[in-house]
Amino acid sequence: MAIDAHPELPEFDYFRPATLMDASRFLAQHPAEARPLSGGTDIFVRMRDGFWHDKYLVDVKNIDGVSELRFDPTSGLSLGAGVNMNRVIASPQVQEHYPLLAEACRTVASYQLRTRATVVGNICNASPAGDTIGACLAYGGILNIHGVDGFRQAPLASFFLGPGKTILQPGDIATTVHFPLPPAGSAGTYIKLGRNTWSDLSIVGLTALGYPDPAAVSGYRFRIVLASVAPTPLVAATAQDYLEDTPPSPQAFKQAAILAQEACNPIDDVRGSARYRRAMVRNLTEKALNKVYKLMENRG
Amino acid sequence: MSNHLIAVTVNGEYEQVEVPSQMTLLQMLRDKLALTGTKNGCNAGECGSCTVLLDGEPVNSCMVLAVECQGASIVTVEGLAQDGVLDPVQQTILEHGGVQCGFCTPGILISARALLDRNPNPSEDDIHESLVGNLCRCTGYLRIVDAVKDAASRQAEVAA
Repeated sequence: MAIDAHPELPEFDYFRPATLMDASRFLAQHPAEARPLSGGTDIFVRMRDGFWHDKYLVDVKNIDGVSELRFDPTSGLSLGAGVNMNRVIASPQVQEHYPLLAEACRTVASYQLRTRATVVGNICNASPAGDTIGACLAYGGILNIHGVDGFRQAPLASFFLGPGKTILQPGDIATTVHFPLPPAGSAGTYIKLGRNTWSDLSIVGLTALGYPDPAAVSGYRFRIVLASVAPTPLVAATAQDYLEDTPPSPQAFKQAAILAQEACNPIDDVRGSARYRRAMVRNLTEKALNKVYKLMENRG
Repeated sequence: MSNHLIAVTVNGEYEQVEVPSQMTLLQMLRDKLALTGTKNGCNAGECGSCTVLLDGEPVNSCMVLAVECQGASIVTVEGLAQDGVLDPVQQTILEHGGVQCGFCTPGILISARALLDRNPNPSEDDIHESLVGNLCRCTGYLRIVDAVKDAASRQAEVAA
């Protein structure tokens, strides 16, 4: 009996440019035919399944320092496009200052896939289910993008346009994602609901980060990002605003969870129904907020 | 479509191989170098039966292009035994009966080796987490996990 594996990759040309400018120019000259390649863990699956038909893959992970993980105690953390998720998880600086990012990375697929998969790739793939995107948004991530006119920066908050769609133009390469220092006293969690405990894509992903802020009426601010329940990763802004004004309590978290539920716009798919997803957004938001608050209290 | 001449070290042997752009590391190992111990299960980075070590780290070889491995060192299941002596994870998986059909075994051995290299004293949870990407449809994993635990303690005895 034949093994029902995915087909082999279709023909394409692999190109490893010497500089970012060479890469950007090549990509801009072949707008519908070329794609930047980092870990390839999404690209190869899409090509095998016949969704993508690129003639060229442009390997950008080894050029001009894009494989660096850098932490600076004043400016924060930068992850190059070639930094794989296992490196992020293992980094003592990420564990100390950005534990939510390490936690989110650990939920992605398997160890051996994370040897290839990158955070920047997860962002650029722009899947509504991207597990690390919530943490990147909650930490206020900013992308460095190299295009034919050189470098520019773009906040992640305005990066996503739809499933697989971003503001990136032909020739653009996201080279690093930068995170400012997290707010003092912050605590976060990523709750991933999959069809199994480990490794599956999320039915709903719930990222919450909280921190004390004397400037807020409630004394606290929370960042809440929902995965797999809208065309893009979704910041639950009304719930965040509510918690800025309402002192933390189990009742406040219950009400914020209802606001998050009202903000989401899920679909039915193979992993879960829209109705189930809505219910889970409410349950998981409440659970995550209570957990984050407890973490902050225990620390404080 | 272009071919690339790459140099790699596979199980300690230096090799020069001509590969088309779209050839995966898995295809190169099996079809160019006749190292058929590494298996093609899903060809989508999910089942882990094609797991090999790439510069010491486990990867799904179906998710890596051969051309990306220029200059790299690769270890497949054929490279685990040294001088005719099985690696501890091979020895214990034999003794614990952690093999039924055997298709997933090469990938599991590589994942287990990689785990013990980075964490010589893993907890049961560590072992479970390290094998998340290796699907076995026969054994139910219990004997595999027992074998990895046993391999860790035997390694510790040798090291002591």
